[in-house]
Amino acid sequence: MADQPQSAAPAASAKNSFADQALTVVRRFAPGVEKIEKLARLSGGASQETWSLTVLASGAPQRMILRRAPAGLPVVEKISLETEAALMQAAEKAGVPSPHVHYVVRPEDDFGRGFFMSHVEGEALGRKIVRDEMFAAVRPKLARQAGEILARIHAIDPAGLPELPRVKPAEEIATLFQNYRRWSDPRPVFELAFRWLSGRMPPADAQLRLVHGDFRNGNMLVRPDGVAAVLDWELAHVGDPMRDLGWICTGAWRYSVIDKPVGGFGERADLIAGYEAAGGAKVDPEVLRFWETLGSLRWGVMCIGMGFRAKQSDRPVEMSMIARRTSENEIDLLRLLAPRGA
Amino acid sequence: MQDRPSPIELLAAVAHFLRTEILPTLSGHHAFQTRVSCNALDLIARQIALEPAADAAEVARLTALLGHDGTLESLNQEIAIAIADGRATLETPGLADHLWATTLAKLAVDQPQYGSYKREIARDAKQ
Repeated sequence: MADQPQSAAPAASAKNSFADQALTVVRRFAPGVEKIEKLARLSGGASQETWSLTVLASGAPQRMILRRAPAGLPVVEKISLETEAALMQAAEKAGVPSPHVHYVVRPEDDFGRGFFMSHVEGEALGRKIVRDEMFAAVRPKLARQAGEILARIHAIDPAGLPELPRVKPAEEIATLFQNYRRWSDPRPVFELAFRWLSGRMPPADAQLRLVHGDFRNGNMLVRPDGVAAVLDWELAHVGDPMRDLGWICTGAWRYSVIDKPVGGFGERADLIAGYEAAGGAKVDPEVLRFWETLGSLRWGVMCIGMGFRAKQSDRPVEMSMIARRTSENEIDLLRLLAPRGA
Repeated sequence: MQDRPSPIELLAAVAHFLRTEILPTLSGHHAFQTRVSCNALDLIARQIALEPAADAAEVARLTALLGHDGTLESLNQEIAIAIADGRATLETPGLADHLWATTLAKLAVDQPQYGSYKREIARDAKQ
């Protein structure tokens, strides 16, 4: 994975005992394991951790990833790690490239909450995927693959999954509007976008499906032969499936390669063709435009929120600087709603 | 009157020091956060340089649009409410131009490397 180990390692004694605890849990699903090595914290916030580790048994060393929340810390506004694991298992079964979930931590393990999954090689950094020579040959194929993957995700029956939040478009927009008004000085471009969207709401009876919620360039691992894994299910919910198609087209995830609307690597027509060919519903380009516009507004409000919470964060400079990217969404909204020289 | 070096010159000196002498000694989390901190110093310098003229132009546009003067904060709030109410729309003469000019002025400070901004600036340069 592209994540760099961060300097958040606990003191040596605590780390040893954590490694011992981790080994005990690993042996629940892999009894032959002799030891674990290279246990290192990857990126992660205060309430959720991601660890990398190498498991040594009789065969070849096996790299794994541990997603974990320490006991007692609530996971706010996101699905639980147990639900995240269940979604990844369902996705793998449905043919979505996905890390394999080895084990979901149980209460009796006394190891907080979380799960172990396989380590998948691949690039996660969007700006490399859109520019690096290494991916030049695969880039034209990624939009179609993304469409196929989304069709498979949206075909998963939510009835067989843990309870997920249900979010209708009007509810999401109402929440975004409240947050924007609470956190920000008036922004005329955002007001324009909210008004534009409210006049073009998708029909309220649109079929609700499993929605990944953060399906974009940056949340999938890409190799020179294609998408190797879909990651980051923590914003998954049951909602309008077109939301996922619009989000991967949203300006922010093009990493400044603005003429490739799908993730900075591909064309909308290929995304739609892949989606429809793999069993997804017919895509109306105007509906896609609605969700792409909402995507820029959503990321804009999220940027504002980063600034609002920066002082309480352990990364206040980074969060504050993300807040100053709100204007990127204003220019993308204007390019959608009031294009110049059109 | 304050003496030189000016705030912009001091910021440039601090950012240069951090980039050339401190950053190479760091890795991982601290290298990343220091790089972001240097970007923040650059942003502040751009804002000091560009904000006064941009704000004055924004007030002038809003005064023309709304037909009266006021502070930038109050005029901006008034146009935002007019858009939310539907009294001001993209068909309102001058509104789209105002939104574009204001947004480009923000990007010039916030993120002048952003792809959409560079495209729109290149369009202006051609005309």
